[in-house]
Amino acid sequence: MLSTALNALHIALREIRRNVTRAFLTMLGIIIGVAAVITMVTLGQGTTKAVENQISSLGSNLLMLRPGAGFGPRQPNIPNFIESDVTAISEQIPGIAAIAPARGASMSTAYLQNARSTSVTGTTEDYFSINKWTLADGRFFNIADYRDGAAVCVIGNTVRKELFGSANPIGQKIRIGNASCEVIGLLAPKGQMGMGDQDDTIIVPLTTLQRRLTGHTGAHDITMISISAEDAASSDRMISEITSLMRQRRNLQPNQDNNFNVFDTRQIAETLSSSTRMMTMLLAAVAGVSLLVGGIGIMNIMLVSVTERTREIGIRLAIGARAREVLLQFLVEATTISCIGGLLGIALAVALCYGLGSLINVPVAFNPQINLVSFIFSAAVGILFGFTPARRAARLDPIDALRHE
Amino acid sequence: MLIQLRQLTKTYGTGDAAFQALRGIDLDINRGEFVAIMGHSGSGKSTLMNILGCLDTPTSGTYRYEDITVERLTADQRSILRRHALGFIFQGFNLLARTSTVENVEIPLLYRGLSRRERHEKALAAIASVGLADKLRNTPAELSGGQQQRVAIARAIVTEPSTLFADEPTGNLDTATTIEIMRLLTRLNAERGITVIMVTHEDDVAAHAKRIVRIKDGLIESDNIRS
Repeated sequence: MLSTALNALHIALREIRRNVTRAFLTMLGIIIGVAAVITMVTLGQGTTKAVENQISSLGSNLLMLRPGAGFGPRQPNIPNFIESDVTAISEQIPGIAAIAPARGASMSTAYLQNARSTSVTGTTEDYFSINKWTLADGRFFNIADYRDGAAVCVIGNTVRKELFGSANPIGQKIRIGNASCEVIGLLAPKGQMGMGDQDDTIIVPLTTLQRRLTGHTGAHDITMISISAEDAASSDRMISEITSLMRQRRNLQPNQDNNFNVFDTRQIAETLSSSTRMMTMLLAAVAGVSLLVGGIGIMNIMLVSVTERTREIGIRLAIGARAREVLLQFLVEATTISCIGGLLGIALAVALCYGLGSLINVPVAFNPQINLVSFIFSAAVGILFGFTPARRAARLDPIDALRHE
Repeated sequence: MLIQLRQLTKTYGTGDAAFQALRGIDLDINRGEFVAIMGHSGSGKSTLMNILGCLDTPTSGTYRYEDITVERLTADQRSILRRHALGFIFQGFNLLARTSTVENVEIPLLYRGLSRRERHEKALAAIASVGLADKLRNTPAELSGGQQQRVAIARAIVTEPSTLFADEPTGNLDTATTIEIMRLLTRLNAERGITVIMVTHEDDVAAHAKRIVRIKDGLIESDNIRS
């Protein structure tokens, strides 16, 4: 049996060599199908991984409290938070490691002739550790800067690039709105995030924002409260406790919906990665259809080939090939074509993954599992779609086959 | 006795459409004979040839090849018998296109599980014995009709069969080449003792055989051994 199979492989390889162009055209469908599946899955997984990395760069055990119901644009007539909300949460909710109020504003900034509009966040010194910002250079502002409302700022990497180019920003003064601020720190880059560029930011003490930049010291001016939990396990409990505390402080009746929301980074991470995973599966399914079409292509060519080679089959039968040897020959031929196609598809996929990955900035990791699955699937396609033509060849009557014109 | 046919019949179709191609053939062929089977088209000579070559089965009657009762064999067993004992050459040569002389001749050996070296040696010997040692790498398209038929003969004898079946072997060849091919068959018959059974409708071709069996309407009309 083994020698019969080896023999069939030998004959099949000879046949493929005899008609390389036809074999290549036959395997083209498989090549494209396999390459498409692997590329889609690899790039999809790279995207998921990138999103997860960015989420984790936001900080772990991080809770965010924002006015308005859910994500999305701010609804009108919903009050912001006040500083006493921050105090109340830190005093009444157990398990808080750090808490920082923040107020965001989009402001024009300028250094020498360079100008751009950037989001400016006013906050306390705890904001940096809660949000996992680290310094590339200089220092964070401290409690004294906060108390004094000092004219200092810490800038993100994108701001540095746009305003300073290659010059050292530390100690330079930039204009924010109508005020002048000294750059005391440069943040280490975090990179692109689904929602935008995290490094396009300027962080100043909240008091500085209130007194110098906006000239607005209204009580309802905190647009976000970042909270880091002592451990991740307590974040669900803290979310529900903060929710009931805030409902009480904002005088919501039991029949009213929350006009604020609390979420932790784990939830964002889960939402985003489940949607990218879904996208990956969808794309892989579409690519899988092309693999199936490739299989039908093999069947088509093999059926034509059986008709075209009827006399050859007749000769083989006449000189003593058994029906099962002819069946095996055609089956092995189809499978060999699809396997070679699968290997070429993997090679093409590697090229595509690295090419496209660097083009759209997605980290690419070789995934042995999907490569193996695609290869096995392509071999299975060969066996499945090669079987009908092979059986047709094996069932030919030698006398009729020899007479075939 | 190599071949023994007794009251062999073959009917195609059933009922009113039934056609009796062979209507009771008794025929004995000894080892080493050179037999020409002659007859007009529709006489049943091709049907007889197919049954003798174990490509087809009789409707009734018995066919013994050596001590094998052929009509009791399964299709696979008949394949094995053809593989080991029978060789075939055809009117249209039936070589594989785009395939060199050596590879064409090696094909029957592929089904016998020989090593690559044994295959090659046997193929070279067979090709040399038909006088084509200088055309090893040529494909059929590069060979003349006579040369193609010689490749086909080499393919048929490479397995050292006891019987060689030739179906109109010179039907596509001119007179000079016909004589060349018939001399080759005569030589193989004389030197190697291969039994040759040939179907033809041409008298000058049949004249090369030692015995001529004429078929008419599914029966043997005459059976003459040439002196």
